[in-house]
Amino acid sequence: MADDDRAQDGRAELEDALELPFEPMELQMGPSHPAMHGTVKIVLKLDGETIVGSDVEVGYLHRGFEKEAESSLYYQVFPYTDRLNYSSPMINNVGYALAVEKLFDISVPERGNYVRVIASEVSRMTDHFTCLGAAAMELGAMTAFLYAVEARDQLWDLLDAMCGARVTCNYVRIGGVSHDLGPDFPALAREKLAKAAGLHKDLEDLLLANPVFRERMVGTGVLGPDELIAYGVTGPLLRAAGVPYDVRAAQPYLVYDRLDFDVPIGEHGDNFDRFIVRCEELRQSARMIEQCLAGMPEGPVDVDDAKIRWPGKNRVFNRMEELIAQFKLVTEGMKPPIGEVYQAVEGGNGELGFYLVSDGSGKPYKCRCRSPSFSNTQPLSRMIQGKMLADVVPTFDMINMIGGECDR
Amino acid sequence: MSDSKAPETSTPESAAEEQSEAASHPVLAALAARFPGAVVSSQCFRGDATAIVKSDSLKEVCAFLRDDPELAFDMLLDVTAVDYLGRAPRFEVVYHLYSVKKNHRLRLKVALEEKDLRVPSLTPLWVGANWLERETYDMYGVQFEGHPDLRRIYLYEEFQGHPLRKDYPKERRQPLIGPGSSRPAATRRQAATSGEE
Repeated sequence: MADDDRAQDGRAELEDALELPFEPMELQMGPSHPAMHGTVKIVLKLDGETIVGSDVEVGYLHRGFEKEAESSLYYQVFPYTDRLNYSSPMINNVGYALAVEKLFDISVPERGNYVRVIASEVSRMTDHFTCLGAAAMELGAMTAFLYAVEARDQLWDLLDAMCGARVTCNYVRIGGVSHDLGPDFPALAREKLAKAAGLHKDLEDLLLANPVFRERMVGTGVLGPDELIAYGVTGPLLRAAGVPYDVRAAQPYLVYDRLDFDVPIGEHGDNFDRFIVRCEELRQSARMIEQCLAGMPEGPVDVDDAKIRWPGKNRVFNRMEELIAQFKLVTEGMKPPIGEVYQAVEGGNGELGFYLVSDGSGKPYKCRCRSPSFSNTQPLSRMIQGKMLADVVPTFDMINMIGGECDR
Repeated sequence: MSDSKAPETSTPESAAEEQSEAASHPVLAALAARFPGAVVSSQCFRGDATAIVKSDSLKEVCAFLRDDPELAFDMLLDVTAVDYLGRAPRFEVVYHLYSVKKNHRLRLKVALEEKDLRVPSLTPLWVGANWLERETYDMYGVQFEGHPDLRRIYLYEEFQGHPLRKDYPKERRQPLIGPGSSRPAATRRQAATSGEE
């Protein structure tokens, strides 16, 4: 059969008579695969162990975030944003809140902004620890994974102290946060950050000089800066290729313009640089949290406007005006002016943007989430083209595709 | 969502202010000077620059935005659409551009009639447009002409309709398999035995 086919298309004489007929093998990696965090399928075409073609299929976790948001009041969207990038829910909370506040044209009191920066940076650290630990595990380093997860747990304790939940935070509100930090928070934060830093050091000691780890990471998954930009890739992936684009530095929001931090960049744009950039960002985040703890002023965390942020219980139960405001807010929601805004924040994996269209009612007419995972996953096929099958795992790990955010 | 009315673009009193702000915005000014016929209108709201351009000149405008050294919009961040059901034209395709070199942003919009829901694909200019346009096609049914591989990205091929359209009820379910599936049981059995996906 195979001989006949080859004779027909006239290639037989070009091929060495001793060479076996080539037919690419199709391998379906996922949607449920131990190395596919979340559910995603990669259809690979293989020549031996070399990838000659691939198609990445996303959408297994599509829950209709945008449709759901369009039928919710503005304040009801927060729990859904928690479930976008579930490794760093606070950043999604903050990004959405900033977009709505931009629509209203309000700004949160100083202390509220500091609290939000702390929340974002703790969340970024948990995101990076998850990514680094999972990457190590999927390359066979189970021990290193446990160190990363232990460090993440320390930081989850911090989130727990902040909002009472470790993963599904729902902490930020339009015009503030659900409640202020407790008086013992700074001491707890310093203790937990010190523990996490120690574990981070151990994690690096275990991995960075390990020949097996280096073999899998150095020089794999490379893509140049121009191509990454054309793909719309942002975050640690782009910075590892030497482009210092970070929303926190380029277009500062909250109080990032007052914090002293570096934007770490890589040189080669390979998986190893992506790992190193994330490691360095962990240190920068800890540095920012420390500055916030030291520089945070006293005062309110919420805007003093009963039409946007509901007043405290003591005011609602004792005063007529506030009671009415509370009732109207809960039933009808806050009503922004007609218009449309786009607000970007630096998420765990890159630029996280919310595009809101308001028709003046209490529900967003359109609530679009520009998710970094979606844009970052797109060039995966390009990164693994012509490479070995084993390179899929570290490359996919460093892309850190989060199903909830990619598929929304 | 049937009770919600299509929103106006801006209230009359703020429109004049937005127009004057738009005239002084460097990117919008450059765009208006270069393509006086293609830019239908431009405005600034809360510091976001927006230009509405004609569908047939979209590619030309985008090529200029990308290649002009002063503008240098090297990154296409996002493509989406908005369904203004009950308004003519019904749809708007929305592009968010960013320049890594110049650190500025721009929102481009193209208004489309429901019966002529076509817009040129931007994949030749930004390779990243591929998935973003597939998503917009999946969710709104916008046809991107010249797209190399325009198929659904999140939903399955058999899905009927486009779920983010305002006339698609939120409660409507279309399971691919099991009770309530639109595919008759006989077809499913046949597909299973013949090895078809």
